[in-house]
Amino acid sequence: MQELINIFVKSIFIDNMIFAYFLGMCSYLAVSKTVKTSTGLGIAVIFVLGITVPVNYLINEYMLSPGALTWLGPAFAEVDLSFLTFIMFIAVIASMVQLVEMVIEKFSPALYNSLGIFLPLIAVNCAILGGSLFMQEREYRSLAEATSFGLGSGVGWFLAIVGIAAIREKIKYSNVPPALRGLGITFIITGLMGIAFMMFMGIKL
Amino acid sequence: MYSNRYIFIYASLMVIVVATLLSTAAMLLKPMQEKNEAVAKMQGILAATDIDASADSAIRLYREFITGEMVIDPEGNVLSIYRNGEFERGKQRAFDIDIKRELYAKSMGDDYVMPLYLAQRNGESMYIVPLLGKGLWGPIYGNIAFGPDFNEVSGADFGHDKETPGLGAEINTDDFADQFIGKTIFTRDGEFTSVEVVKGGASSLPPDQRRHGVDAISGGTITSNGVTDMLENCLEGYVPFIEKHIVNKKPV
Amino acid sequence: MRSDKKDKEPLFSAGNRKLITTPLGRENPITVQVLGICSALAVTAKLEPSVVMALSVIFVMGVGNVVVSLLRKTIAPRIRIIVQLVVIATLVILVDEFLKAFAYDVSKQLSVFVGLIITNCIIMGRFEAFAMSHKVWPSFLDGIGNAWGYGWILIVVGFFRELLGSGTLWNYPIMEKLGLYSIGYEDNGMMILPPMALITVGVIIWVQRYRMRDLIEEN
Repeated sequence: MQELINIFVKSIFIDNMIFAYFLGMCSYLAVSKTVKTSTGLGIAVIFVLGITVPVNYLINEYMLSPGALTWLGPAFAEVDLSFLTFIMFIAVIASMVQLVEMVIEKFSPALYNSLGIFLPLIAVNCAILGGSLFMQEREYRSLAEATSFGLGSGVGWFLAIVGIAAIREKIKYSNVPPALRGLGITFIITGLMGIAFMMFMGIKL
Repeated sequence: MYSNRYIFIYASLMVIVVATLLSTAAMLLKPMQEKNEAVAKMQGILAATDIDASADSAIRLYREFITGEMVIDPEGNVLSIYRNGEFERGKQRAFDIDIKRELYAKSMGDDYVMPLYLAQRNGESMYIVPLLGKGLWGPIYGNIAFGPDFNEVSGADFGHDKETPGLGAEINTDDFADQFIGKTIFTRDGEFTSVEVVKGGASSLPPDQRRHGVDAISGGTITSNGVTDMLENCLEGYVPFIEKHIVNKKPV
Repeated sequence: MRSDKKDKEPLFSAGNRKLITTPLGRENPITVQVLGICSALAVTAKLEPSVVMALSVIFVMGVGNVVVSLLRKTIAPRIRIIVQLVVIATLVILVDEFLKAFAYDVSKQLSVFVGLIITNCIIMGRFEAFAMSHKVWPSFLDGIGNAWGYGWILIVVGFFRELLGSGTLWNYPIMEKLGLYSIGYEDNGMMILPPMALITVGVIIWVQRYRMRDLIEEN
């Protein structure tokens, strides 16, 4: 249990998807103009990461990694399908995103309208695929660890986008040099937020 | 305008074409990838004996200097010995052992085995132990070589890659690794103590412990602790073997 | 001039040249279109992985745009996203396998970030916006142009971060050779930390918009 909490906290603060790995920057920069839409997208990302990482964990464990197919019989023990990793992961993600899209459309048309084009973009949001790939590379040992990592990464991403959206709402009233307005200053603020988040690195979990 | 039938056939065709293409590529390139991995492993082992092998010369140098491979268990029994291309005992090559899996079994309290390499250089025999541990940003790894007494370090080599290139403390420099030479992993009384990476420098230790410590890398506390943990975790399993087989453990 | 040549423009006509040049500046995928930042900034702590990453993206985008453009008349709109993803994923797997076989060191450094080319929005974006509706040759140029527009930013960021952060260039200890350490110069370790990649890009945007006034956004 303690290990699960460690992974969760670590993936929110220390291995933050945005500040440490720059994953999901496209939608992060494009959607972070207001807190409201950012919150919606953030929740969608938590949800999708929380589903796709464990699903891809199972796929990796029972299909892709070397010797994973042993459960089909001893003849399959030598099969190594790991070269299919990317394509399998992205297929799972694309279908999950489709699912989330349909669910949101049914239950919250308002949210669906405000997220508009960005929901399909979650499929190509690097944070989602990155979550699955990091899960594979760091070799989490159980479904629970993978889920905890997926949710934690999602929450970290959520925090980052809501944070930057709040700052951007306020910065409208500041006198930013013209050439830096908009994108430029957002990059620099994200960098500064990243530096602030680095203080968590010293925490030993 | 596109019937379901069309889409279905289209998708199936696409899957077949892609699958054929990818499996062909994977099959054709596999031997080269495996060779690369083996060569990288050999280079690491050779680096611990201070031989700087290029990718081309690694296999030749490995044959020349690494005279034997042993597999041992935590009780200190020798399970297999592989020398000059044939097995003198057992059936498993140390080179084929996945230490990641073995260390995981160790941490879970399951049975595990350990690889040990024997090297000959300039008439001196060496034991080489491969290491694997956790750094700040991902795995750190290395190889450490001991003299014939399996106590005094005669060479070491560390590395870390993965995740964010350029980040993390620079443990893969010669300056860091060379500090280990001459350090010992047993106290004068013959007790196992490993080698510690000391923040603030080995000179801050009491004099009788200085031979078990090296200087940490500045700005790399977590990686330094990772190296300390890695050394202790990987080496402690070899202690029964050393006590059982290396009789002439020199009191130093 | 024969009449059947009328609608054939030369390979490097003004229009085609523009396909390559505009993404380098005025329509740069990173600094103007805000695409594809995700997968790549984390590899820019050193010059070498930046260059390999840039080359990989150029390959995937050039070939991908050609393939999608060839298939554009056969792809049913309903499944076009998944077809595009499959094309990208296939190419990326090929790149990854090749790197593992022929450039093992670099592939270890890039690790998951090669895989993340799949979700590089520039690639999907250009498939959608260009290759689905244009002929093969312009699509190829568009792919190369955009990938290069993305790549040069990567390389510039990698250049400054390695030079100022590690004092080396392509692992060559340039600062040491220039003798700067002996007169008291020190590397700024901050530059190799992730946040500085963002700030470096921010500064590049600043410089670019300062020179191209029309790109400045309303507050």
